[in-house]
Amino acid sequence: MAEKMAMAKAINESLRRALDADPKVLVMGEDVGKLGGVFRVTDGLQKDFGESRVIDTPLAESGIVGTAIGLALRGYRPVVEIQFDGFVFPAYDQIVTQLAKMHARSLGKVKLPVVVRIPYGGGIGAVEHHSESPEALFAHVAGLKVVSPSNSSDAYWMMQQAIQSDDPVIYFEPKRRYWDKAEVDPEAIPAPLHKARVVREGTDLTLAAYGPMVKLCQEAADAAAEEGKSLEVLDLRSVSPLDFDSVQASVEKTRRLVVVHEAPVFFGSGAEIAARITERCFYHLEAPVLRVGGYHAPYPPARLEETYLPDLDRVLDAVDRSLAY
Amino acid sequence: MTVESSAARKPRRSAAGKAGTTGSKTGTTAGTTGATGTERTTRTTRSTAKKSTDPELVQLLTPEGKRVKNAEYDPFVAGITPEDLRGLYRDMVLTRRFDAEATALQRQGELGLWASLLGQEAAQIGSGRATREDDYVFPTYREHGVAWCRGVDPANLLGMFRGVNNGGWDPNSNNFHLYTIVIGSQTLHATGYAMGVAKDGADSAVIAYFGDGASSQGDVAESFTFAAVYNAPVVFFCQNNQWAISEPTERQTRVPLYQRAQGYGFPGVRVDGNDVLACLAVTKWALERARNGEGPTLVEAFTYRMGAHTTSDDPTRYRGDEERLAWEAKDPILRLRRYLEASNHADEGFFAELESESEALGRRVREAVRAMPDPDHFAIFENAYADGHALVDEERAQFAAYQASFADEGGH
Repeated sequence: MAEKMAMAKAINESLRRALDADPKVLVMGEDVGKLGGVFRVTDGLQKDFGESRVIDTPLAESGIVGTAIGLALRGYRPVVEIQFDGFVFPAYDQIVTQLAKMHARSLGKVKLPVVVRIPYGGGIGAVEHHSESPEALFAHVAGLKVVSPSNSSDAYWMMQQAIQSDDPVIYFEPKRRYWDKAEVDPEAIPAPLHKARVVREGTDLTLAAYGPMVKLCQEAADAAAEEGKSLEVLDLRSVSPLDFDSVQASVEKTRRLVVVHEAPVFFGSGAEIAARITERCFYHLEAPVLRVGGYHAPYPPARLEETYLPDLDRVLDAVDRSLAY
Repeated sequence: MTVESSAARKPRRSAAGKAGTTGSKTGTTAGTTGATGTERTTRTTRSTAKKSTDPELVQLLTPEGKRVKNAEYDPFVAGITPEDLRGLYRDMVLTRRFDAEATALQRQGELGLWASLLGQEAAQIGSGRATREDDYVFPTYREHGVAWCRGVDPANLLGMFRGVNNGGWDPNSNNFHLYTIVIGSQTLHATGYAMGVAKDGADSAVIAYFGDGASSQGDVAESFTFAAVYNAPVVFFCQNNQWAISEPTERQTRVPLYQRAQGYGFPGVRVDGNDVLACLAVTKWALERARNGEGPTLVEAFTYRMGAHTTSDDPTRYRGDEERLAWEAKDPILRLRRYLEASNHADEGFFAELESESEALGRRVREAVRAMPDPDHFAIFENAYADGHALVDEERAQFAAYQASFADEGGH
């Protein structure tokens, strides 16, 4: 039965379902047990599945990922939580040099079905290291898959699929959307994990986004509609692999593309999308692919984050610039 | 300036790190030498003194090949037969032969690099033979002797050094994980694996190898923390070979490494790493503790890297001959041979037969390396992902088309 639930709750329900279905699934991280995680995403799981399935870990990110690799080598399927985006870097070495490469190094003999959950992005007034969007750093690394749901239903299903994947998946949770509610139908047949989805049809321009920026793009499309512009909104859902076929199909229809993400624009996922779409759709494009995102600056203090983050006006400004060509 | 201040610190450090009069004496010597400004000599003097005087070193065979009693660890080698002893000797000799062959193959351009284990045979064979078939081993990139004990085909170890793969064997076929280049990473994998063993209710144990240099890495510290907190059945086997490339152990730690375990809440023991019998006994003890649910142990095998760090290294730039000569006198193979001969456990025929077996192994390894085919070009795209990845598929197809374009021209 479909039920309206907040994204945090949807992930919780998804983890619960996975723990229930497969005794090899483990949840690990700092404060994930009694506290239920600082965002309560793992609330109640330890109570129901016990301390050996839902494991409170020492405060050591490299240790969390490194031991998860060892557990996966033993046949477990760990889902580890990194408490905040900016705290993943102590574990970055284990993720990049070990987790990403071991399958290839073993000539396919070893599988590492590890999910790394990272609440990411800004907009919640947090302190330093609590608002970053490092997804491009992971997408750049072969061997990793990188996904980010934008709504409760995707959060629920993409978590199921990430856990079932035999590849390591970096699962970015848009923390500013944790409390947004949407329908989740546990009986549904979900879309493939790495398939983009058109969330709004349009004819004049395509807005492509993932995670926290999908909602903003939908709002931008609403606002543009009032001005008589028809924008198509694509929820990419997966950053690696990225569903370029869907982007291409949309751009061949609308002939214009604006990519929106919170991460800095420079060397970001928007750059990759712009380059590939230019290559694929050169003769269809009426304007260069434009990007809206963060500046090449450290994520600012909370009082400045509204200036730093893409907002309605910045998206609409890019739309206007694209349409002006 | 650096040399001066470093030398000035030394007497205090060595006095604190050692017990008894010998320690103070070493301190004085080091201080005097240091004042002359020759740091290399200082280091040599200190490290030479350190291993011969350390009271906590577990030893069952002296460098002269004399069996010494040890009430605590003798029970772990009580049932050992002359045949077992000959087996340990054979393992060490063949491992050294294999290692020498690999070094030669590197010099002949057949391997891009080689990390020699010369001098560490006893630490590796002793600990490796202590493991049970269902135990799991997490090596660094120098554990050729442990691999030998686990039944890994020596030729398999050479693939990554030749550049035909980045690992190349199935870790699960011998419970011997792939070599790990990033220093210390594997100690966490071992700990996680051991946590899994405990969850499964199995009585297997896990052993993680690392070096004195790795002891400075955060991952090693984190693995100690996790192993202690979860009481994981893992043995941390540190081969302290005195040098992390050009950095001596004193650049890694101010206390003997085995003493670190205390701070994490599990036992640490220093064993004579050139004494195969002692390494066997101490590792058996530690693995048994793990099996019995008593948690992790740190074993520091005090040994010496007689050769270079790798074939790219030049140890003459950072250490003196006298140090090496002092350690050569404690050669692990020579020591067991003396014992075997003195106790009439092996005759000339055994040694002669082993000699020809060694040569055969060298030949086999040499032939295997030369016969290793370069990987197929498409191997680049293989196994990047278990479930596939659209971008890899796209790039593989592009590459195939590019390759095919040469075929069309009838060339290449």
